[in-house]
Amino acid sequence: MSAAPMLEVRGVSAGYGTFRALFDVSLEVRAGEAVAVIGPNGAGKTTLLRVISKIIAPTAGDVVMEGTPLGPVPAHRVVELGIAHVPEHRRLFPRLTVEENLRMGAFHPAARAKFRERLDFVYELFPRMKERRNQAAGTMSGGEQQMCAIGRALMSGPKLLLMDEPSAGLAPVIVQQVFNLVKRIRAEGYTVLIVEQNIQQVLQVVDRAYLLEVGTIKQSGSSAELLASPEIRRAYLGL
Amino acid sequence: MDKRIPAVIGIAALAAVPQLGLGNYHLHLLITVLIWGFVYTSWSVMGRFGMVSLGHGAFLGVGAYVVTMLWNSYGLTPWLGIPAAVAMSMVMALLVGYPCFRFRIVGHYFALVTLALGEVVRLTIVGLRDQTGGSLGMTVTAVPDGTSLLALQFGERTVFFYVALLVWLFGLWVWRVVDRSMLRYALEASSEDEDAAASVGVNVTRAKLAITMLSAAMTTLGGALYAQYQMYINPETVSGIGISLQIVFAVIAGGLFTQLGPTVGAMFTLLLAETLRVSFGHDIHGLDGTVYGLLLVLFIIYMPKGITGSLAALLTRGRAEPGAPAAGLAPSR
Repeated sequence: MSAAPMLEVRGVSAGYGTFRALFDVSLEVRAGEAVAVIGPNGAGKTTLLRVISKIIAPTAGDVVMEGTPLGPVPAHRVVELGIAHVPEHRRLFPRLTVEENLRMGAFHPAARAKFRERLDFVYELFPRMKERRNQAAGTMSGGEQQMCAIGRALMSGPKLLLMDEPSAGLAPVIVQQVFNLVKRIRAEGYTVLIVEQNIQQVLQVVDRAYLLEVGTIKQSGSSAELLASPEIRRAYLGL
Repeated sequence: MDKRIPAVIGIAALAAVPQLGLGNYHLHLLITVLIWGFVYTSWSVMGRFGMVSLGHGAFLGVGAYVVTMLWNSYGLTPWLGIPAAVAMSMVMALLVGYPCFRFRIVGHYFALVTLALGEVVRLTIVGLRDQTGGSLGMTVTAVPDGTSLLALQFGERTVFFYVALLVWLFGLWVWRVVDRSMLRYALEASSEDEDAAASVGVNVTRAKLAITMLSAAMTTLGGALYAQYQMYINPETVSGIGISLQIVFAVIAGGLFTQLGPTVGAMFTLLLAETLRVSFGHDIHGLDGTVYGLLLVLFIIYMPKGITGSLAALLTRGRAEPGAPAAGLAPSR
């Protein structure tokens, strides 16, 4: 393999109170890759992303972004290292307008200077957002909100985009659109770590994936390998 | 540019008011509205972000008592006493705010903490009766001829009117500066979703502390101004639960999300209090509290944006803003 990975998760365990959600999880994401973490409900996928974003602290292990251990980094500084989180259920600021949400994405000082430039970029990528710039984000459809959430994440000028269940709670037609968005983000050169239950579809847009079950990595490999794996076909794809 | 014209006309009109030959009573009402308008604006600076304090009487009390005690006991001019009191309030806000914000004490729990803070200050004032006069209150020692810039005492009501007007304008200016700052976005985002705000780079704890300390500092100045005007202070009237709740009531009634909302709230509560006083005198004890409570419930249900918010909505009905917050105090989660 070539250079060191962009993101390394090293032996992370984490949980809430006495409940353990992750047991000694390790994975890596290389620059330019799109990687998925797949698995059923309650496997610990969201917890994993929350650990990477420092929303919760791991009880063991560490996360390293481009050689910087995230252990001592507070949550609000993670974004400065180039990690942007598109949270589960989008978590927009519903009463702020689309443009204000995007402005929040460029909140940290280094990003503020490039606000205009990136806003144009996001509007070019998602013309729909430009049309709705003055609308309260909470009043848009689910797919549009997902677009806005991705746009907000891109406003920080990230290297790595963490996406938590971008298809959750969306109608099947919209889900397809959301995965198309993921493809476009990839085409723009972003590195993506995506967490999904919608295994069939996510494996179409990523290079590699890890299967997470009850807090442990059970399997990993290229998308093609996982799609061909008998266990995954039986347990998750119903084939 | 043209948006400034009404403001300039308004300020000029206000500045001309004392020249109209108003009687002392009406001038007194105006000064009262300005002082309380400033205090309510100070509360709303943080209250509008869902940080509901039920204990701003604590900061009013520090402003009124620290300044008065330094003047009465040591002859220290309020010009120095006010900065000392403001510094004290900011430290107090920091000590109470930091653990609250660090450990995410929000909503009802935050309100309860502030409620306790107000009581602690009130009881401290009562307890230090040798220095503060306890529940009997204390009188600001007057200068011999009634007017002294050094003592910030003005025998002439008109002069005090201008002092109050300046302070009130200062409050509106701070409100506007906050309204146009990134801090506002940071706090609106935090009030909707702290995790999401942190993940875009908002230091939630620091943003909340900054606005709390600002609000505390302003309220302290308001307390000092109140003492200098009334020349008599009492733990109930500056730090009692009644006054802390009245601040909340007035701002909700006037409008939490508009610059002039708190001032309209001050006019509304003053008119209400005067009407009740004139109509019923002191015959029915606790009547004002009962009416406040009832009105508060009605406002929250029927006019969550307050008087100014509802008026603005009526005026702009044609071009409705879908983004306007639906309910004043309700946090999003």
